Amino acid sequence: MTFNRRQFLAAGTAMAGTGLMPRIGRAAEPIKLGSILDTSGIFDAYGKPMDRAMRLAVADLNDGGGLLDRPIEIRAYDTQSDMALYAQYAQQLTRQDQVDVVHGGILSASREAIRQTMRRSNTLYFYNVMYEGGVCDRNIFINGVTPAQQVEVLIPHAMKQSGKKVYVLAADYNYGQIMARWINKFVRDNGGEVVATDFFPLDVADFGSTIAKIQSAAPDLVVAPLVGGAHLSFFRQWAASGMKDRIPLASTTLGVGNEHKVLTAEEGDGIMVAYNYSQEIESPENDGFKAKWEAAGGNAGEINEFAISTYAGVMTWAEAVRQAGTAAHDPVVEALESGLSVDGPSGKITVDPQTHHAIADVRLMEIRDQKMQVLETLPQRQPMDTQAVCDLGANPGDNTQYEIDI
Amino acid sequence: MDLTVVIGIEILYAVASLALISVGLAVVFGMMKVINLAHGEFMMMGGYATIVSVNLGINVFVAMLIIAPVVVGLIGLVVERLVIRHLYGRLVDTMLATWGLSLFFIGLATIIFGNTTTGISTPIPGVAIGNYQINGYNLFIVVVSVLLMIALYLVLGRTRLGLIARGTMQRPDMASSLGYSPERIYMATFFCGSALSGLAGAILAPLVGLVPTSGGAYIAKAFITVIAGGPSLIAGLVSSASVFGVIDQIFTFALSPVIGEVALLIAAVVLLRLLPQGITARFFRGRM
Repeated sequence: MTFNRRQFLAAGTAMAGTGLMPRIGRAAEPIKLGSILDTSGIFDAYGKPMDRAMRLAVADLNDGGGLLDRPIEIRAYDTQSDMALYAQYAQQLTRQDQVDVVHGGILSASREAIRQTMRRSNTLYFYNVMYEGGVCDRNIFINGVTPAQQVEVLIPHAMKQSGKKVYVLAADYNYGQIMARWINKFVRDNGGEVVATDFFPLDVADFGSTIAKIQSAAPDLVVAPLVGGAHLSFFRQWAASGMKDRIPLASTTLGVGNEHKVLTAEEGDGIMVAYNYSQEIESPENDGFKAKWEAAGGNAGEINEFAISTYAGVMTWAEAVRQAGTAAHDPVVEALESGLSVDGPSGKITVDPQTHHAIADVRLMEIRDQKMQVLETLPQRQPMDTQAVCDLGANPGDNTQYEIDI
Repeated sequence: MDLTVVIGIEILYAVASLALISVGLAVVFGMMKVINLAHGEFMMMGGYATIVSVNLGINVFVAMLIIAPVVVGLIGLVVERLVIRHLYGRLVDTMLATWGLSLFFIGLATIIFGNTTTGISTPIPGVAIGNYQINGYNLFIVVVSVLLMIALYLVLGRTRLGLIARGTMQRPDMASSLGYSPERIYMATFFCGSALSGLAGAILAPLVGLVPTSGGAYIAKAFITVIAGGPSLIAGLVSSASVFGVIDQIFTFALSPVIGEVALLIAAVVLLRLLPQGITARFFRGRM
């Protein structure tokens, strides 16, 4: 019997086909996890660690046998730091890929670009970033800390270290504006006074006149929610003018993008911050996470708050799927609303059923030798800013981002 | 009283830093009529050259004042040979080509250094003025700018080399008939312009957090300063930097940094409406 090439190919294909057939029947349908992050372009410094954290979380789950005996499959899209691409890929994820859950979004603008698409298509959405607070939507779960969670802890501590007169320097966009209002509130609540608030566009890199103005106001404390590379100049110029040892400094943003490693020890030492995560947390979970991060080809020095929130977000979702016994939308939301919590590298993170925000540990830290040294851990702080305006239990149809009046 | 002195120093610093940012562009655009949209990226590369040298253990002043200008000048030389020399006299084409170059350099820096902020600390300690502390480095920038302007004036106005360069820019055909090669003079001038951009980027590096896209922050201010300055290189630079620096700082002190920037831009619009050819087309005519 002789074979020509065509017969060989036909027979071979048929055999390969029959070989595959039973396996398709046996293997469980995968659960599809959509990811939408800027892993290139100007925001990739945030997006890349988040992407790695998402992949680490999924690999961990798959190594443990998947979820409900089904493997998890990633559908990841790079939005290239372009807000227009968010809308486009959100359509792709919800319509074509029909994923079971979407994790992602970095800037508030990107979240708002896709939130309604997710809601309309009934696709569960996790936003794993520290942000300005106020989003009230039963379809979204938010894993980052909000201004009140940080400031509630940071301001009383910083004022105790310094005094009652506070000068605020904030980035001039919605985050900075809202943050400045919260700082104002907590300064007043602690018996202090904000002597002045200055806002800076994101490209301002020259703070000489501001530093002189601060000195003529002579505050006891400077609080600086400044954002981005240009604003980093402030911390540098502040130290260069010799003010660092005269007036203490606190920030709600410095270090999120690992900026404290760019400043020298002399420039950064003593700046007070408060976050959910620091690389210096001493816990078996954090050590294990850092080891896994390195094993996956990363550098543990690049792990930041956003990466940890993303990892916790995927794990929270997975726990809810396990409890619900299905990846379907409504049962998973109900499981999440049962007040579920997971333990991660940054401690316990609990879903607040009322707002779908995170109840998380907030750590008071001080920058020392280019590290964020943890001074004190305040366990399970409530997202009280969003709680003041949002109650999804009483009003499940709500779909707004509230501007919180303070 | 102390505050007046501090404000005075900040104004001087603002003027000096505007002049410093713009001087490289003034040579390349003002003299050679090449719209160099990659000017900001030349500055960015000067900053990176400084940071890399300092991290290699080289003295920061050597890195800023010697290494960075030479490195960026050499990069400028390559750019001139490969791209710019084909485009002399074609104003719009130089704009397109250098815009492409700017994207290329941003991409290259991102590949080499990553899209993260880097920096070095300021090498000069703070200075006390009465009850106020100011950044001692600001005074250094003022001194460097003043010395640079004097040096530029002496080279262009008092040396034969400067005379040849200025002559060639005005009438390349005449320079050629007198035995000078315009091509080589253009090349040398572009090298100097690039080196000056690199120097500016290097000197500002310790004050800022540097990212590959940092150049974008300088380019608009540099063009506004050079265009508003008008035809005379040094007089134009000094006069327009003074006008804008003073306006910017006064409004920054009185109101806020946002208003300061707005005031600077409004001043530029008004100035160009009244003096479309620049300040030195009406005042200080015929000066250097």
